[in-house]
Amino acid sequence: MPALVLAEHDNQSIRSATLHAITAACALADSVDVLVVGSSTDAVAAAVAAIPGVARVLRAEAPHLAHPTAENVAATALAIIARGAYSHVIAAATSVGKNVLPRIAARLDVAQISDVIAIEGSDTFTRPIYAGNAFATVRSSDAIKVVTIRTTAFDAAPSSGGSASIEIIAAAPEVTTAKVIGQELTKSERPELTSARVVVSGGRGMANGENFRLLEALADKLNAAIGASRAAVDAGYVPNDYQVGQTGKIVAPDLYIAVGISGAIQHLAGMKDSKVIVAINKDAEAPIFQIADYGLVGDLFEIIPALTAELSS
Amino acid sequence: MVAVKRVIDFNVKVRVKSDGSGVETTNVKMSMNPFDEIAIEEAVRLKEKGLATEIVAVSCGVASSQETLRTALALGADRAILVQTDAELQPLAVAKLLAAIARNEAPRFVILGKQAIDDDANQTGQMLAALLDWPQATFASRVDIGEDKATVKREVDGGMETVEVRLPAVVTTDLRLNEPRYATLPNIMKAKKKPLETLTPEALGVDVAPRLATLKVTEPAKRKGGGRVADVKELVAKLRSEAKVLP
Repeated sequence: MPALVLAEHDNQSIRSATLHAITAACALADSVDVLVVGSSTDAVAAAVAAIPGVARVLRAEAPHLAHPTAENVAATALAIIARGAYSHVIAAATSVGKNVLPRIAARLDVAQISDVIAIEGSDTFTRPIYAGNAFATVRSSDAIKVVTIRTTAFDAAPSSGGSASIEIIAAAPEVTTAKVIGQELTKSERPELTSARVVVSGGRGMANGENFRLLEALADKLNAAIGASRAAVDAGYVPNDYQVGQTGKIVAPDLYIAVGISGAIQHLAGMKDSKVIVAINKDAEAPIFQIADYGLVGDLFEIIPALTAELSS
Repeated sequence: MVAVKRVIDFNVKVRVKSDGSGVETTNVKMSMNPFDEIAIEEAVRLKEKGLATEIVAVSCGVASSQETLRTALALGADRAILVQTDAELQPLAVAKLLAAIARNEAPRFVILGKQAIDDDANQTGQMLAALLDWPQATFASRVDIGEDKATVKREVDGGMETVEVRLPAVVTTDLRLNEPRYATLPNIMKAKKKPLETLTPEALGVDVAPRLATLKVTEPAKRKGGGRVADVKELVAKLRSEAKVLP
Protein backbone atom coordinates (compact mmCIF):
# COMPACT_ATOMS: atom_id res chain seq x y z
CA MET A 1 0.00 0.00 0.00
CA PRO A 2 1.26 3.51 -0.71
CA ALA A 3 2.32 6.15 1.80
CA LEU A 4 1.01 9.71 1.78
CA VAL A 5 3.42 12.55 2.57
CA LEU A 6 2.16 15.98 3.53
CA ALA A 7 4.26 18.58 1.70
CA GLU A 8 5.28 21.77 3.42
CA HIS A 9 5.76 24.84 1.26
CA ASP A 10 5.08 28.56 0.93
CA ASN A 11 3.17 28.23 -2.39
CA GLN A 12 6.42 28.91 -4.24
CA SER A 13 8.99 26.40 -3.11
CA ILE A 14 9.07 23.15 -1.21
CA ARG A 15 10.57 23.24 2.29
CA SER A 16 13.60 21.03 2.68
CA ALA A 17 11.98 19.25 5.65
CA THR A 18 9.62 17.55 3.20
CA LEU A 19 12.58 16.01 1.32
CA HIS A 20 13.56 14.21 4.54
CA ALA A 21 9.97 13.02 5.07
CA ILE A 22 9.91 11.61 1.52
CA THR A 23 13.07 9.59 2.25
CA ALA A 24 11.36 8.08 5.32
CA ALA A 25 8.23 7.36 3.26
CA CYS A 26 10.27 5.56 0.59
CA ALA A 27 11.70 3.32 3.33
CA LEU A 28 8.18 2.42 4.53
CA ALA A 29 6.17 1.95 1.37
CA ASP A 30 6.84 0.93 -2.22
CA SER A 31 4.84 3.83 -3.57
CA VAL A 32 4.71 7.42 -2.30
CA ASP A 33 2.07 10.06 -2.97
CA VAL A 34 2.72 13.64 -1.91
CA LEU A 35 -0.16 15.96 -1.00
CA VAL A 36 0.34 19.63 -1.88
CA VAL A 37 -2.36 21.79 -0.32
CA GLY A 38 -2.18 25.47 -1.23
CA SER A 39 -2.92 28.19 -3.72
CA SER A 40 -1.09 28.71 -7.04
CA THR A 41 1.32 25.89 -6.30
CA ASP A 42 2.43 25.14 -9.91
CA ALA A 43 6.11 25.50 -9.06
CA VAL A 44 5.81 23.45 -5.86
CA ALA A 45 3.98 20.62 -7.63
CA ALA A 46 6.60 20.57 -10.40
CA ALA A 47 9.43 20.46 -7.86
CA VAL A 48 7.80 17.59 -5.97
CA ALA A 49 7.18 15.67 -9.20
CA ALA A 50 10.92 15.76 -9.89
CA ILE A 51 11.82 14.03 -6.61
CA PRO A 52 12.79 10.37 -7.25
CA GLY A 53 10.51 7.90 -5.45
CA VAL A 54 7.39 10.04 -5.67
CA ALA A 55 4.67 8.30 -7.72
CA ARG A 56 1.95 10.94 -7.69
CA VAL A 57 1.65 14.55 -6.67
CA LEU A 58 -1.87 15.26 -5.42
CA ARG A 59 -2.58 18.94 -5.70
CA ALA A 60 -5.49 20.58 -3.87
CA GLU A 61 -5.93 24.23 -4.82
CA ALA A 62 -8.21 26.87 -3.36
CA PRO A 63 -7.85 30.56 -2.47
CA HIS A 64 -8.52 29.86 1.21
CA LEU A 65 -5.55 27.47 1.22
CA ALA A 66 -3.00 30.23 0.53
CA HIS A 67 -2.23 30.36 4.28
CA PRO A 68 -3.95 27.17 5.32
CA THR A 69 -5.02 26.32 8.86
CA ALA A 70 -4.53 22.86 10.38
CA GLU A 71 -8.31 22.46 10.17
CA ASN A 72 -8.35 22.95 6.40
CA VAL A 73 -5.24 20.90 5.61
CA ALA A 74 -6.54 18.04 7.75
CA ALA A 75 -9.95 18.14 6.07
CA THR A 76 -8.48 17.77 2.59
CA ALA A 77 -5.95 15.14 3.68
CA LEU A 78 -8.70 13.08 5.34
CA ALA A 79 -10.76 13.15 2.14
CA ILE A 80 -7.77 11.75 0.20
CA ILE A 81 -6.92 9.18 2.85
CA ALA A 82 -10.54 7.96 2.87
CA ARG A 83 -10.28 6.84 -0.73
CA GLY A 84 -6.57 6.09 -0.98
CA ALA A 85 -5.95 2.96 1.13
CA TYR A 86 -2.73 4.36 2.56
CA SER A 87 -0.55 2.37 4.95
CA HIS A 88 1.26 5.44 6.28
CA VAL A 89 0.66 9.19 6.54
CA ILE A 90 3.91 11.05 7.04
CA ALA A 91 5.11 14.58 7.65
CA ALA A 92 8.24 16.19 9.01
CA ALA A 93 8.09 17.06 12.73
CA THR A 94 8.08 20.80 12.00
CA SER A 95 5.67 23.33 13.45
CA VAL A 96 3.36 22.58 10.50
CA GLY A 97 3.59 18.79 10.74
CA LYS A 98 3.13 18.84 14.51
CA ASN A 99 0.08 21.07 14.15
CA VAL A 100 -1.72 19.11 11.44
CA LEU A 101 -0.91 15.40 11.81
CA PRO A 102 -2.42 14.73 15.26
CA ARG A 103 -5.68 16.18 13.93
CA ILE A 104 -5.60 13.65 11.11
CA ALA A 105 -4.65 10.78 13.43
CA ALA A 106 -7.48 11.52 15.87
CA ARG A 107 -10.05 11.61 13.07
CA LEU A 108 -8.74 8.27 11.79
CA ASP A 109 -8.90 6.98 15.38
CA VAL A 110 -5.24 5.94 15.26
CA ALA A 111 -2.19 6.76 17.35
CA GLN A 112 0.44 9.12 16.04
CA ILE A 113 4.09 8.24 16.35
CA SER A 114 5.90 11.56 16.87
CA ASP A 115 9.42 12.58 15.95
CA VAL A 116 10.62 9.22 14.64
CA ILE A 117 14.41 8.84 14.40
CA ALA A 118 14.59 5.27 13.08
CA ILE A 119 12.35 2.90 11.15
CA GLU A 120 12.65 -0.66 12.48
CA GLY A 121 9.88 -2.11 10.30
CA SER A 122 6.67 -0.96 8.61
CA ASP A 123 4.89 -0.79 11.99
CA THR A 124 7.85 -0.34 14.36
CA PHE A 125 9.63 2.92 15.07
CA THR A 126 12.18 4.40 17.45
CA ARG A 127 11.62 7.84 18.90
CA PRO A 128 13.24 9.97 21.58
CA ILE A 129 11.47 10.55 24.91
CA TYR A 130 12.46 12.63 27.95
CA ALA A 131 14.29 15.21 25.84
CA GLY A 132 16.31 12.52 24.10
CA ASN A 133 17.57 11.00 27.35
CA ALA A 134 15.91 7.74 26.34
CA PHE A 135 14.82 6.12 23.08
CA ALA A 136 11.56 4.17 22.92
CA THR A 137 10.92 1.55 20.26
CA VAL A 138 7.17 1.23 19.67
CA ARG A 139 5.01 -0.97 17.49
CA SER A 140 1.70 0.32 16.20
CA SER A 141 -1.34 -1.93 16.03
CA ASP A 142 -3.33 0.57 13.95
CA ALA A 143 -4.24 -0.02 10.31
CA ILE A 144 -2.84 3.36 9.26
CA LYS A 145 0.39 4.62 10.79
CA VAL A 146 0.49 8.38 11.20
CA VAL A 147 4.11 9.41 11.67
CA THR A 148 6.12 12.61 12.02
CA ILE A 149 9.83 12.22 11.41
CA ARG A 150 12.79 14.09 12.81
CA THR A 151 14.43 15.63 9.77
CA THR A 152 17.98 15.26 11.08
CA ALA A 153 17.56 11.46 11.24
CA PHE A 154 16.76 10.99 7.53
CA ASP A 155 18.69 12.19 4.49
CA ALA A 156 17.06 14.65 2.13
CA ALA A 157 15.68 13.02 -1.02
CA PRO A 158 17.37 14.22 -4.23
CA SER A 159 15.54 17.10 -5.89
CA SER A 160 15.82 15.82 -9.45
CA GLY A 161 15.57 12.61 -11.46
CA GLY A 162 11.96 11.72 -10.76
CA SER A 163 8.92 12.05 -12.98
CA ALA A 164 5.77 11.75 -10.91
CA SER A 165 2.33 12.46 -12.30
CA ILE A 166 0.52 15.55 -11.06
CA GLU A 167 -3.17 15.17 -10.32
CA ILE A 168 -5.54 17.93 -9.33
CA ILE A 169 -7.80 16.85 -6.51
CA ALA A 170 -10.72 18.63 -4.89
CA ALA A 171 -10.03 20.66 -1.77
CA ALA A 172 -12.42 19.92 1.08
CA PRO A 173 -15.03 22.62 1.76
CA GLU A 174 -13.58 25.50 3.76
CA VAL A 175 -13.57 25.16 7.55
CA THR A 176 -14.26 28.73 8.66
CA THR A 177 -13.84 28.39 12.44
CA ALA A 178 -10.12 29.19 12.20
CA LYS A 179 -8.29 31.72 10.05
CA VAL A 180 -4.69 32.79 9.67
CA ILE A 181 -4.85 36.58 10.00
CA GLY A 182 -1.19 37.50 10.23
CA GLN A 183 2.38 36.32 9.84
CA GLU A 184 5.62 37.83 11.05
CA LEU A 185 8.37 35.76 9.53
CA THR A 186 11.97 36.40 10.44
CA LYS A 187 13.82 37.51 7.32
CA SER A 188 17.29 36.15 6.88
CA GLU A 189 19.81 35.70 4.12
CA ARG A 190 21.45 32.94 6.10
CA PRO A 191 20.99 29.18 5.63
CA GLU A 192 17.96 27.71 7.36
CA LEU A 193 18.74 26.67 10.94
CA THR A 194 17.58 23.06 10.63
CA SER A 195 19.49 22.34 7.42
CA ALA A 196 22.62 24.50 7.77
CA ARG A 197 26.01 22.73 7.72
CA VAL A 198 27.31 25.06 10.41
CA VAL A 199 25.32 26.55 13.30
CA VAL A 200 26.56 29.26 15.67
CA SER A 201 24.36 29.55 18.77
CA GLY A 202 24.36 32.08 21.58
CA GLY A 203 23.11 31.76 25.13
CA ARG A 204 22.62 33.84 28.22
CA GLY A 205 26.34 34.64 28.18
CA MET A 206 25.73 36.93 25.20
CA ALA A 207 24.25 39.34 27.78
CA ASN A 208 22.01 41.17 25.28
CA GLY A 209 20.62 41.08 21.76
CA GLU A 210 23.11 43.64 20.42
CA ASN A 211 25.98 41.27 21.14
CA PHE A 212 24.56 38.71 18.72
CA ARG A 213 26.22 40.89 16.05
CA LEU A 214 29.48 39.26 17.12
CA LEU A 215 27.97 35.90 16.21
CA GLU A 216 26.69 37.29 12.91
CA ALA A 217 30.21 38.27 11.89
CA LEU A 218 31.43 34.77 12.75
CA ALA A 219 28.45 33.15 10.99
CA ASP A 220 29.20 35.21 7.86
CA LYS A 221 32.68 33.68 7.72
CA LEU A 222 31.30 30.15 8.11
CA ASN A 223 28.13 30.50 6.03
CA ALA A 224 26.38 29.44 9.22
CA ALA A 225 22.87 29.72 10.59
CA ILE A 226 22.38 31.42 13.94
CA GLY A 227 20.63 29.69 16.81
CA ALA A 228 20.09 30.37 20.48
CA SER A 229 19.39 28.70 23.79
CA ARG A 230 16.02 29.01 25.48
CA ALA A 231 17.55 31.40 28.02
CA ALA A 232 18.57 33.81 25.24
CA VAL A 233 15.12 33.65 23.64
CA ASP A 234 13.28 34.02 26.95
CA ALA A 235 15.44 37.07 27.73
CA GLY A 236 14.34 38.59 24.41
CA TYR A 237 17.84 38.71 22.82
CA VAL A 238 16.58 37.00 19.64
CA PRO A 239 13.22 35.83 18.20
CA ASN A 240 11.62 32.52 19.19
CA ASP A 241 12.44 30.81 15.89
CA TYR A 242 16.14 30.83 16.84
CA GLN A 243 15.58 28.41 19.71
CA VAL A 244 17.44 25.11 19.57
CA GLY A 245 16.27 22.47 22.05
CA GLN A 246 13.70 19.96 23.24
CA THR A 247 10.85 22.34 22.57
CA GLY A 248 12.48 24.38 19.83
CA LYS A 249 14.35 23.21 16.76
CA ILE A 250 16.37 20.03 16.46
CA VAL A 251 19.63 20.51 14.55
CA ALA A 252 22.47 18.19 13.61
CA PRO A 253 24.97 20.21 11.56
CA ASP A 254 28.54 19.19 10.75
CA LEU A 255 29.73 21.90 13.12
CA TYR A 256 27.84 23.40 16.08
CA ILE A 257 29.46 26.27 17.95
CA ALA A 258 27.84 26.95 21.34
CA VAL A 259 28.77 30.38 22.64
CA GLY A 260 27.92 31.42 26.19
CA ILE A 261 25.59 28.44 26.55
CA SER A 262 25.80 26.47 29.79
CA GLY A 263 24.22 23.32 28.35
CA ALA A 264 20.86 22.66 30.02
CA ILE A 265 19.39 19.22 29.23
CA GLN A 266 16.66 20.74 27.12
CA HIS A 267 19.22 22.58 24.95
CA LEU A 268 21.43 19.50 24.54
CA ALA A 269 18.33 17.62 23.31
CA GLY A 270 18.29 19.89 20.29
CA MET A 271 21.93 19.71 19.22
CA LYS A 272 23.78 16.71 20.66
CA ASP A 273 23.61 14.81 17.37
CA SER A 274 25.80 17.44 15.71
CA LYS A 275 28.92 15.92 14.13
CA VAL A 276 31.39 18.26 15.83
CA ILE A 277 30.54 20.45 18.82
CA VAL A 278 32.60 23.44 19.91
CA ALA A 279 31.82 25.09 23.25
CA ILE A 280 33.02 28.53 24.25
CA ASN A 281 32.20 29.51 27.81
CA LYS A 282 33.90 31.36 30.65
CA ASP A 283 32.67 28.78 33.19
CA ALA A 284 35.01 25.78 33.00
CA GLU A 285 32.42 23.69 34.86
CA ALA A 286 29.56 24.34 32.39
CA PRO A 287 27.86 21.04 31.40
CA ILE A 288 28.18 21.92 27.71
CA PHE A 289 31.90 21.00 27.94
CA GLN A 290 31.02 17.39 28.78
CA ILE A 291 29.59 16.84 25.31
CA ALA A 292 31.83 19.22 23.36
CA ASP A 293 34.59 17.86 21.15
CA TYR A 294 36.52 21.10 21.50
CA GLY A 295 35.97 23.22 24.59
CA LEU A 296 37.53 26.62 24.95
CA VAL A 297 37.27 28.29 28.35
CA GLY A 298 37.39 32.06 28.25
CA ASP A 299 35.65 35.35 27.64
CA LEU A 300 33.48 35.05 24.54
CA PHE A 301 33.78 38.79 23.91
CA GLU A 302 37.50 38.28 23.27
CA ILE A 303 37.32 34.81 21.74
CA ILE A 304 34.62 35.39 19.11
CA PRO A 305 36.31 38.40 17.42
CA ALA A 306 39.64 36.52 17.55
CA LEU A 307 38.03 33.43 16.03
CA THR A 308 36.42 35.49 13.28
CA ALA A 309 39.79 37.09 12.55
CA GLU A 310 41.62 33.75 12.59
CA LEU A 311 39.18 32.31 10.06
CA SER A 312 39.93 35.21 7.71
CA SER A 313 43.66 34.49 7.79
CA MET B 1 -11.00 23.90 31.30
CA VAL B 2 -7.29 23.21 31.78
CA ALA B 3 -5.66 19.80 31.33
CA VAL B 4 -2.62 18.98 33.46
CA LYS B 5 -0.27 16.01 33.50
CA ARG B 6 1.85 14.55 36.25
CA VAL B 7 5.38 13.97 34.95
CA ILE B 8 8.89 13.36 36.25
CA ASP B 9 10.17 16.73 37.47
CA PHE B 10 12.17 18.56 34.81
CA ASN B 11 15.22 18.74 37.09
CA VAL B 12 15.48 14.98 37.51
CA LYS B 13 18.10 13.15 35.49
CA VAL B 14 16.04 10.40 33.89
CA ARG B 15 17.45 6.86 34.11
CA VAL B 16 16.51 3.99 31.85
CA LYS B 17 15.59 0.77 33.70
CA SER B 18 18.12 -2.01 33.28
CA ASP B 19 15.49 -4.38 31.81
CA GLY B 20 14.68 -1.85 29.07
CA SER B 21 10.98 -1.68 30.00
CA GLY B 22 10.90 2.03 30.65
CA VAL B 23 12.46 4.70 32.83
CA GLU B 24 12.89 4.63 36.60
CA THR B 25 9.94 6.30 38.35
CA THR B 26 10.15 4.91 41.89
CA ASN B 27 11.38 7.46 44.44
CA VAL B 28 11.61 10.06 41.69
CA LYS B 29 10.24 13.57 42.18
CA MET B 30 7.05 14.17 40.19
CA SER B 31 5.67 17.58 39.22
CA MET B 32 3.15 19.23 36.98
CA ASN B 33 4.25 19.31 33.33
CA PRO B 34 5.80 22.81 32.97
CA PHE B 35 3.76 23.62 29.85
CA ASP B 36 0.58 22.84 31.82
CA GLU B 37 1.67 25.26 34.56
CA ILE B 38 1.72 27.91 31.85
CA ALA B 39 -1.80 26.81 30.82
CA ILE B 40 -3.11 27.15 34.39
CA GLU B 41 -1.47 30.56 34.71
CA GLU B 42 -3.09 31.77 31.50
CA ALA B 43 -6.51 30.57 32.65
CA VAL B 44 -6.08 32.30 36.00
CA ARG B 45 -5.09 35.56 34.30
CA LEU B 46 -8.14 35.36 32.04
CA LYS B 47 -10.33 34.84 35.08
CA GLU B 48 -8.68 37.77 36.84
CA LYS B 49 -9.52 39.91 33.80
CA GLY B 50 -13.13 38.77 33.97
CA LEU B 51 -12.84 36.75 30.76
CA ALA B 52 -13.54 33.40 32.42
CA THR B 53 -16.01 32.63 35.21
CA GLU B 54 -14.68 29.29 36.42
CA ILE B 55 -11.54 27.19 35.91
CA VAL B 56 -11.84 23.41 35.89
CA ALA B 57 -8.55 21.50 36.04
CA VAL B 58 -8.56 17.97 34.64
CA SER B 59 -5.94 15.24 34.87
CA CYS B 60 -5.94 11.65 33.67
CA GLY B 61 -3.88 8.92 35.30
CA VAL B 62 -2.96 7.27 38.59
CA ALA B 63 -4.42 8.27 41.98
CA SER B 64 -1.40 10.39 42.85
CA SER B 65 -2.30 12.75 39.99
CA GLN B 66 -4.50 14.25 42.72
CA GLU B 67 -1.35 16.03 43.94
CA THR B 68 -0.96 17.66 40.54
CA LEU B 69 -4.59 18.73 40.62
CA ARG B 70 -4.16 20.17 44.14
CA THR B 71 -1.28 22.22 42.73
CA ALA B 72 -3.60 23.45 39.98
CA LEU B 73 -6.20 24.36 42.61
CA ALA B 74 -3.55 26.19 44.64
CA LEU B 75 -2.57 28.16 41.54
CA GLY B 76 -6.15 29.31 41.02
CA ALA B 77 -8.33 26.57 39.52
CA ASP B 78 -11.79 26.43 41.13
CA ARG B 79 -12.42 22.70 41.00
CA ALA B 80 -10.75 19.59 39.66
CA ILE B 81 -11.60 16.34 37.94
CA LEU B 82 -9.37 13.28 37.99
CA VAL B 83 -10.00 10.51 35.51
CA GLN B 84 -8.38 7.81 37.56
CA THR B 85 -6.83 4.70 36.04
CA ASP B 86 -3.71 2.63 36.45
CA ALA B 87 -3.76 1.82 32.74
CA GLU B 88 -1.05 3.24 30.48
CA LEU B 89 -2.58 6.29 28.80
CA GLN B 90 -1.42 7.37 25.36
CA PRO B 91 -2.26 10.77 23.80
CA LEU B 92 -5.25 9.52 21.77
CA ALA B 93 -6.83 7.99 24.90
CA VAL B 94 -6.22 11.17 26.92
CA ALA B 95 -7.74 13.26 24.12
CA LYS B 96 -10.83 11.02 24.18
CA LEU B 97 -11.17 11.35 27.97
CA LEU B 98 -10.77 15.14 27.79
CA ALA B 99 -13.29 15.29 24.94
CA ALA B 100 -15.83 13.36 27.04
CA ILE B 101 -15.36 15.79 29.93
CA ALA B 102 -15.50 18.82 27.63
CA ARG B 103 -18.84 17.59 26.28
CA ASN B 104 -20.17 17.48 29.87
CA GLU B 105 -18.61 20.71 31.06
CA ALA B 106 -19.11 22.74 27.85
CA PRO B 107 -16.20 25.14 28.53
CA ARG B 108 -15.61 28.22 26.36
CA PHE B 109 -12.13 26.96 25.72
CA VAL B 110 -9.69 24.28 26.75
CA ILE B 111 -6.07 25.21 27.35
CA LEU B 112 -3.21 22.75 27.89
CA GLY B 113 0.53 22.41 27.36
CA LYS B 114 1.78 21.90 23.81
CA GLN B 115 3.66 18.82 24.93
CA ALA B 116 4.47 16.84 28.05
CA ILE B 117 8.14 16.65 28.90
CA ASP B 118 8.01 12.88 29.44
CA ASP B 119 6.77 11.44 26.12
CA ASP B 120 7.41 14.67 24.14
CA ALA B 121 4.51 13.67 21.85
CA ASN B 122 2.92 17.08 21.17
CA GLN B 123 -0.43 15.58 20.14
CA THR B 124 -3.11 15.75 22.82
CA GLY B 125 -4.42 19.28 22.21
CA GLN B 126 -4.66 18.83 18.45
CA MET B 127 -6.37 15.44 18.88
CA LEU B 128 -8.82 16.90 21.39
CA ALA B 129 -9.73 19.71 18.97
CA ALA B 130 -10.23 17.17 16.17
CA LEU B 131 -12.44 14.89 18.28
CA LEU B 132 -14.62 17.83 19.37
CA ASP B 133 -14.52 19.32 15.87
CA TRP B 134 -13.32 22.57 17.44
CA PRO B 135 -10.69 24.88 15.99
CA GLN B 136 -7.20 24.78 17.51
CA ALA B 137 -4.51 27.35 18.23
CA THR B 138 -1.31 25.52 19.10
CA PHE B 139 2.05 26.79 20.42
CA ALA B 140 0.46 29.99 21.75
CA SER B 141 2.65 32.89 22.82
CA ARG B 142 -0.23 35.36 23.27
CA VAL B 143 -3.94 34.76 23.74
CA ASP B 144 -6.64 37.45 23.46
CA ILE B 145 -10.14 36.24 24.22
CA GLY B 146 -13.04 38.15 22.69
CA GLU B 147 -16.80 37.74 22.78
CA ASP B 148 -17.09 34.73 20.49
CA LYS B 149 -13.54 34.29 19.23
CA ALA B 150 -9.93 34.26 20.34
CA THR B 151 -6.91 35.77 18.62
CA VAL B 152 -3.79 33.73 19.23
CA LYS B 153 -0.19 34.50 18.31
CA ARG B 154 1.60 31.22 17.60
CA GLU B 155 5.30 30.35 17.60
CA VAL B 156 6.08 28.71 14.26
CA ASP B 157 9.34 27.62 12.60
CA GLY B 158 9.73 30.80 10.55
CA GLY B 159 8.67 33.26 13.27
CA MET B 160 5.14 34.10 14.38
CA GLU B 161 1.69 33.44 12.99
CA THR B 162 -1.59 34.90 14.23
CA VAL B 163 -4.78 32.88 14.02
CA GLU B 164 -8.33 33.77 14.86
CA VAL B 165 -10.43 30.89 16.17
CA ARG B 166 -14.13 30.78 16.94
CA LEU B 167 -14.98 29.69 20.47
CA PRO B 168 -15.13 27.08 21.80
CA ALA B 169 -11.55 26.26 20.84
CA VAL B 170 -8.48 24.38 22.06
CA VAL B 171 -5.31 26.36 22.84
CA THR B 172 -1.92 24.78 23.53
CA THR B 173 0.76 26.78 25.32
CA ASP B 174 4.31 27.55 24.29
CA LEU B 175 7.06 28.68 26.64
CA ARG B 176 6.71 32.40 26.30
CA LEU B 177 2.97 32.75 26.86
CA ASN B 178 3.48 33.82 30.48
CA GLU B 179 5.59 33.22 33.55
CA PRO B 180 3.66 31.05 36.00
CA ARG B 181 3.26 32.26 39.58
CA TYR B 182 4.19 30.19 42.61
CA ALA B 183 1.49 28.79 44.84
CA THR B 184 1.37 30.66 48.16
CA LEU B 185 0.97 28.79 51.44
CA PRO B 186 -2.52 30.20 52.14
CA ASN B 187 -3.59 29.15 48.63
CA ILE B 188 -2.12 25.66 49.12
CA MET B 189 -4.20 25.38 52.30
CA LYS B 190 -7.33 26.68 50.56
CA ALA B 191 -6.78 24.24 47.69
CA LYS B 192 -7.26 21.32 50.06
CA LYS B 193 -10.89 22.34 50.53
CA LYS B 194 -11.71 22.87 46.85
CA PRO B 195 -13.81 20.14 45.19
CA LEU B 196 -11.97 17.29 43.44
CA GLU B 197 -14.19 14.82 41.63
CA THR B 198 -12.94 11.38 40.57
CA LEU B 199 -14.21 9.62 37.44
CA THR B 200 -13.11 6.55 35.53
CA PRO B 201 -12.59 5.91 31.81
CA GLU B 202 -15.39 3.31 32.01
CA ALA B 203 -17.83 5.85 33.48
CA LEU B 204 -16.97 8.17 30.58
CA GLY B 205 -17.41 5.32 28.10
CA VAL B 206 -13.88 5.65 26.73
CA ASP B 207 -11.73 2.72 25.64
CA VAL B 208 -8.18 3.67 26.64
CA ALA B 209 -6.42 0.55 25.31
CA PRO B 210 -2.94 1.56 24.05
CA ARG B 211 -2.39 1.49 20.30
CA LEU B 212 1.37 1.50 20.59
CA ALA B 213 3.24 -1.32 22.31
CA THR B 214 6.57 -0.23 23.78
CA LEU B 215 9.02 -2.95 22.77
CA LYS B 216 12.02 -1.48 24.54
CA VAL B 217 13.45 1.68 26.03
CA THR B 218 17.17 2.23 25.65
CA GLU B 219 19.72 4.78 26.64
CA PRO B 220 21.17 6.77 23.77
CA ALA B 221 24.86 6.30 23.01
CA LYS B 222 26.88 8.61 25.20
CA ARG B 223 28.67 11.34 23.34
CA LYS B 224 32.38 11.33 23.97
CA GLY B 225 33.07 14.94 24.81
CA GLY B 226 35.31 16.77 27.19
CA GLY B 227 38.07 17.70 24.74
CA ARG B 228 39.74 21.04 25.39
CA VAL B 229 41.77 23.48 23.35
CA ALA B 230 44.00 26.20 24.78
CA ASP B 231 43.26 29.04 22.39
CA VAL B 232 41.63 30.17 19.16
CA LYS B 233 44.62 29.17 17.02
CA GLU B 234 44.55 25.60 18.29
CA LEU B 235 40.76 25.45 17.87
CA VAL B 236 40.86 26.51 14.22
CA ALA B 237 43.82 24.23 13.49
CA LYS B 238 42.00 21.23 14.96
CA LEU B 239 38.73 22.04 13.21
CA ARG B 240 40.69 22.09 9.94
CA SER B 241 43.09 19.17 10.28
CA GLU B 242 41.52 16.84 12.85
CA ALA B 243 37.73 17.31 12.60
CA LYS B 244 37.97 18.38 8.94
CA VAL B 245 34.83 20.52 9.20
CA LEU B 246 36.56 23.67 7.98
CA PRO B 247 38.34 24.13 4.66
